[in-house]
Amino acid sequence: MSSPYIAAAEFAQTYGLVYFFVIFLGVLVYALWPSNGKRFDDAARVPLRED
Amino acid sequence: MSLFDKHVVLEKNSILLLVGILIMVAIGGMVEILPLFYLKSTIEDAKGIRPYSPLELAGRNIYLREGCYNCHSQMVRPMRDEIERYGHFSLAAESKFDHPFQWGSKRTGPDLARVGAKYSDQWHREHLSNPRSIVPGSIMPGYPFLAKNELDYSHIADVMRTNQLVGVPYTDEQISNAVADLRAQANPDDKAVDAMLKRYPKAVARDFDGDVTKVSEMDALVAYLQMLGTLVDFKLYDDKANLR
Amino acid sequence: MARTVEAKRITAEEIGYVLFLGALLVACLLIASRAWDQVMAIHAGVGALFSAIGIFLVFKGFSDRPSQPDQLVDGKPNYNFGPIKFASVAAMFWGIAGFLVGFIIAMQLAFPALNFDFPLSNFGRLRPLHTSAVIFAFGGNVLLATSFYVVQRTCQARMPGIVTPWFIVLGYNAFIVIAGTGYLLGVTQGKEYAEPEWYADLWLTVVWVVYLLAFLGTIWKRKEPHIYVANWFYLAFIVTIAMLHLGNNMSVPVSIYTSKSVQVFSGVQDAMVQWWYGHNAVGFFLTAGFLAIMYYFVPKRAERPVYSYRLSIVHFWALIFLYIWAGPHHLHYTALPEWASTLGATFSIMLWMPSWGGMINGLMTLSGAWDKLRTDPVLRMLVVSVAFYGMSTFEGPLMSVKAVNSLSHYTDWTIGHVHSGALGWVGFVSFGALYCLYPWLWNRKQLYSLKLVSWHFWLATLGIVLYICAMWVSGIMQGLMWRAYDKLGFLEYSFIETVEAMHPFYVIRALGGLLFVLGALIMAYNLYMTVQKGEREEPAGQPVLAPAE
Repeated sequence: MSSPYIAAAEFAQTYGLVYFFVIFLGVLVYALWPSNGKRFDDAARVPLRED
Repeated sequence: MSLFDKHVVLEKNSILLLVGILIMVAIGGMVEILPLFYLKSTIEDAKGIRPYSPLELAGRNIYLREGCYNCHSQMVRPMRDEIERYGHFSLAAESKFDHPFQWGSKRTGPDLARVGAKYSDQWHREHLSNPRSIVPGSIMPGYPFLAKNELDYSHIADVMRTNQLVGVPYTDEQISNAVADLRAQANPDDKAVDAMLKRYPKAVARDFDGDVTKVSEMDALVAYLQMLGTLVDFKLYDDKANLR
Repeated sequence: MARTVEAKRITAEEIGYVLFLGALLVACLLIASRAWDQVMAIHAGVGALFSAIGIFLVFKGFSDRPSQPDQLVDGKPNYNFGPIKFASVAAMFWGIAGFLVGFIIAMQLAFPALNFDFPLSNFGRLRPLHTSAVIFAFGGNVLLATSFYVVQRTCQARMPGIVTPWFIVLGYNAFIVIAGTGYLLGVTQGKEYAEPEWYADLWLTVVWVVYLLAFLGTIWKRKEPHIYVANWFYLAFIVTIAMLHLGNNMSVPVSIYTSKSVQVFSGVQDAMVQWWYGHNAVGFFLTAGFLAIMYYFVPKRAERPVYSYRLSIVHFWALIFLYIWAGPHHLHYTALPEWASTLGATFSIMLWMPSWGGMINGLMTLSGAWDKLRTDPVLRMLVVSVAFYGMSTFEGPLMSVKAVNSLSHYTDWTIGHVHSGALGWVGFVSFGALYCLYPWLWNRKQLYSLKLVSWHFWLATLGIVLYICAMWVSGIMQGLMWRAYDKLGFLEYSFIETVEAMHPFYVIRALGGLLFVLGALIMAYNLYMTVQKGEREEPAGQPVLAPAE
């Protein structure tokens, strides 16, 4: 086994995981943020709006 | 709220959304694909692997043309039943000159990775022309036209040169003798046979289609099938040295 | 309609297309005259013919059109429906053709004499024709039609360009003709779902870039500040397919005068790239694109907003991020390094969550309106498609687990799994969308017959159930027979014994396919009658939204 691979794998398995977990949390928090609710309700009605 | 105003920008700005999507979808591919090109452990060392001879390469192109990969795999997995049924499990090295790979994804018919030298040329000829005359329960289509069609090898050297361009180690000598080598392999009485065998070790020169008067598509396809999986001598191959 | 009279000028766009197609015409004629092989000569000839037709159409369009298409008609956006109509008719046509070829090859597996042993009619050439016809011809035209419709309606803006929307739709269908005839004539790259040769791939790249620009161009013209979530899915589909198409079709033509090319990658790398492409063709063509359809058509048909817009945001980002990693689960136990296939399987299992999140979002959109399922067979079709989506996205991660995959790989179980997704999810959501689109596009009050929609629904559902049950049994049975040992420790069955055991299930599968084809034929009749005989939406005399075509 080559050592650069092990190093890369270790990096990916630790910081990579943290990084993506943070991104995921970010998306989640954004989507659930209370004050965004009104805008989302509005956006959800876009297809139903008659032009 | 102020922090999350940022995502509003994303929602409202198509270019940023585009870039966000690209970043998200590029990561997975890069992590999985790029290491395969520089990690030495991807492809093991195996003695005996060589580029296809011109006739085998022409046969391989017929294998592609007829869509054989739709029903036949060329990848023996390391499981007891597969090894007993088909032979030693496939090595990455064995397909390293395959542009494109033909591992397949479905076994409507059996695996072909080690079909070479298992049956006689005559068996292949008759089986390809009329599968149910040899194997009554077979559901394979028949390919009687292969024996009738003359092989078009006018551009085989160009195909080899293109393969050379993408990394197959064909020598210029091999390319300039392509047509002579191709004819010699389909006719064991040809004077050029010895030179061909020197250029392509372990190749066999035979009249694969049973008709010396012409080089048919059957010659090429059977030559290809008969060499599949025969290049590595597994009596000498050390599995342990290549544990990945 | 009141139009200010102004001098009609040919636009730079029209001149550009004429120059491009003119250059293409010359190149095709040159290649046709010097082609090394017959197929290249035929295809270059077809290319020249198509280019000439294209130039003619640009000029005809110029002479027929008013000075500029109106952006507004009576204060409403003047949507460009012509190309959408073409794509939705093409979708129906290619759909029936693709399902029919599927039925034929299913019969060939049950009764091999039906191959007739001619090059053109053998399974090996017809199977790519079937897969490409249903995925790219049927699915692709559905995606073109719905994406053009949805992006215009949700942005409340007419698509930019006079020739461009037509170029995309006609150019895409020209690609399909070239690719499909190529398979029959034996021109193939030999990679599943990426069979078209280099020149077809190049052409598709041109069309696809124009598609992306036209889609973005419509978004840029929007009045609504927010980009509706369906458009995010369409955008991810367009961009990712471009990336995958370029990555997996890297090849060097032997010469520009021949159809033959050589792949740049080989062996294990080529396998990895192929399944990165292959699985994400499922993920982004057959999933992201059709989820966009779900996010527009289900709320529209149910007349209520999507269950949770918040969930749709999480769904989107989680899905596109996780999907792209899943490819290597197609290569368990092969010569691909184990870390790669394990990584692929891990992400496949995680993918189960966003997939079901999306399914719940689609299904729950109906909460409070479940009664509509009884009265509206179109909505029923859309909802059942989402249920099938849930089922096959549960089965998929299961099959990516190594232990399960060791049994299921190389067997009919995979085929059954693909078809529960393709027939149940992609097929039904497309049918639902087309049943909605035809009356909207042709200004009809409703479909010709809802009863026929019900017939279609039940025939197709029965067909799918027969199909996937037969493939489960035959797949698992074959996998078990391959690894069965007798008391003395020898393999119990020869390969051909396992083939013979498949026969009854192949017959049942073909029967299921036949029912699905019959349903589609009923649908085509229903849609035809809707256009021909349907009652018009508006009283005569009032302007119709569809522009001059």
